[in-house]
Amino acid sequence: MISRDHILNKVRTALGRSSSREPAPAPPARLAIPEWGPEERWRRFACALEKLGGKAVLAGDGAEARQYVAQLTCGRPAVASLSPFLESCGIDELPGVRRRFRDAAELRAACAAAEFGITGADYALAETGTLALFSSREEARLISLLPPVHVALLPASRLLTGLDELLGLVPDPAGISSALVLITGPSRTADIEQILVRGVHGPGEIHVIVVNEREETGS
Amino acid sequence: MTALPREQIRQTLADARLQAAIYAATGRLMEHRRQVVAPEVLPDYQELREQARRIKEHTLENLDAYLEQFEARVRARGGQVIWAKDGAEVADFLLELARRSQARLLVKSKSMTTEEIGLRERLEAHHFEVVETDLGEYIIQLAHERPYHIVAPALHKTREEVGEIFSQRLGVERENAPERQTKIARAVLRQKFLAADIGITGANFLVADSGAVVLVENEGNARLTTSAPRIHVAVAGIEKLIPRAQDLAVFLKLLGRSATGQPLTVYTSVLSGPRREGEWDGPEQFYVVLLDNGRSRVLADRDKRQTLYCIRCGACLNHCPVYRRIGGHNYPWVYSGPIGKIASPQFQGLTQDPWLPFASSLCGACAEVCPVKIEIPRLLLELRAEVVKTQAREKQRRAERWAFKLWAWVMCRPRVYEALSLAAGLLAGEGDSQGWLRRLPGLLNAGPLRAWMDYRDLPAPGRSFRALWRARTARVRE
Repeated sequence: MISRDHILNKVRTALGRSSSREPAPAPPARLAIPEWGPEERWRRFACALEKLGGKAVLAGDGAEARQYVAQLTCGRPAVASLSPFLESCGIDELPGVRRRFRDAAELRAACAAAEFGITGADYALAETGTLALFSSREEARLISLLPPVHVALLPASRLLTGLDELLGLVPDPAGISSALVLITGPSRTADIEQILVRGVHGPGEIHVIVVNEREETGS
Repeated sequence: MTALPREQIRQTLADARLQAAIYAATGRLMEHRRQVVAPEVLPDYQELREQARRIKEHTLENLDAYLEQFEARVRARGGQVIWAKDGAEVADFLLELARRSQARLLVKSKSMTTEEIGLRERLEAHHFEVVETDLGEYIIQLAHERPYHIVAPALHKTREEVGEIFSQRLGVERENAPERQTKIARAVLRQKFLAADIGITGANFLVADSGAVVLVENEGNARLTTSAPRIHVAVAGIEKLIPRAQDLAVFLKLLGRSATGQPLTVYTSVLSGPRREGEWDGPEQFYVVLLDNGRSRVLADRDKRQTLYCIRCGACLNHCPVYRRIGGHNYPWVYSGPIGKIASPQFQGLTQDPWLPFASSLCGACAEVCPVKIEIPRLLLELRAEVVKTQAREKQRRAERWAFKLWAWVMCRPRVYEALSLAAGLLAGEGDSQGWLRRLPGLLNAGPLRAWMDYRDLPAPGRSFRALWRARTARVRE
């Protein structure tokens, strides 16, 4: 408490005032949102993600998405989140996929051992090939983090133009969840001689499946 | 007070391998940046810079209010804010927290602010295990060095050196391929993450209206540091505030591009408070330590306070012809390159390293690439002027000291004093009391004093007190 007042006093003295006052209005926020149709968004998203070494897949419906995931995992151990969208695509029925856990410790152990982490995504950003995930009772943070491969599914309607549109829709991420993470491609480093290595602490491989509307309206 | 480390610099310049490494790494970073800020890729780059600068200026101008707002919002989300005047207070808080929560192992993600206060060393001194988890930073920790670059801490290490460090310090088979070295580090650090009690991070931004800590990274180590341990502590300078989450649209675009040439880094975490009801994971306790450590002093200078706009992208280092030759370890403080040259004198005091603001060609490349438009070359000139003024004052004080020393020496020696007053009397001449000083040769009649002397003079000294006294005692004896 002593340091708090000490620091605040020093700051005020430095700014030439003696007591707190309402801040003057901040310069208006700058959000530039391009007008891109669904195809343009998909094209840009896929292009940006593949440039980073990620894989972007457009699925005609949930069944197609499930088929892609099935071929990818081949029954090997995977942890899936409780996202209703994954369920609507039938991901939970795939062999090797586990999604119910007694507690956080069990979830963590499963994530550490799994080869795949399968999640939904709240949004994707076309401009940068980015996923936006809010942690919640449906989405645990570690599923997209501990396994070496991350697979994310989202409906095409959630594909936004970019960061500006996301922050326009969600001006206060803290109002939704304790953690919003933006994921742009596979985990990487260039700390040794600037040589690019994928998969340092997070997944070295990322697959994003954008599922067309038909399934969403059907479910 | 230090002097320009000439010998050390000569060694860096003579090390061909090191020269090539610095030149190649900074060159690549320059090229990556150039590609993503080019007008055809990012037509509004200049507007983004302008907006970023405006927001920083506004935030600092209202910093007290934003600090209070941030504190209130963090509390509302179940987190706690700790205020620290300096590194010792940060360490005290963490030591107390670690003891209270019976923590043994602490993991850390990369943070220049914690480097600035030597936090890891402070905690290690009390026998806590503190592990750096950013690959570059981990290498540096194992090598017992300090970061070579703000964003690429192990920029100067070759793969052979890393292989050597890993095999010696971790007892693993010697491995020279960066891919395999990364796997080794991943395996070792994965166990640390899962066993750690406390995760320490810095903060790239503090969002006042959300009470959020924003972390930007590529490896996933900051995500793990803030998701796996039960306690998260973010240590951030008070200048890291931005008013709104929406301002991230500007800053995130500039930071990734300027630092590594990425439109966005791989991971950006916006963290507000501990895990909430129903959430699966994330820390149970969430602390933000707000650090002053000289920042409020820098804030007091309306012009030079722009030093605090810095978002630590490192672009000014990569583009600096001096940094590219002498590297990161020849600067006196953890912040190297052009930003270090203006930050160090203001944080550590002008007299600590008076040579530092002069170690620049003032070519202006740093200002040209700075994403928040800090006028580094102009501030270097300001600081040079201040150094010169301080040194001049110092010289003046020295002259004054000598004058008084001389005076004391004379006053302690009656014979000398007498001889000198006799000389003054002789010079003044008998019977002519006016204008005697004017007739003196030398200093008193030269320069600005002359004008003064044209109108003023002292009466010529008569016989001295001693002479009068001697005459009187002689008379009495008679």
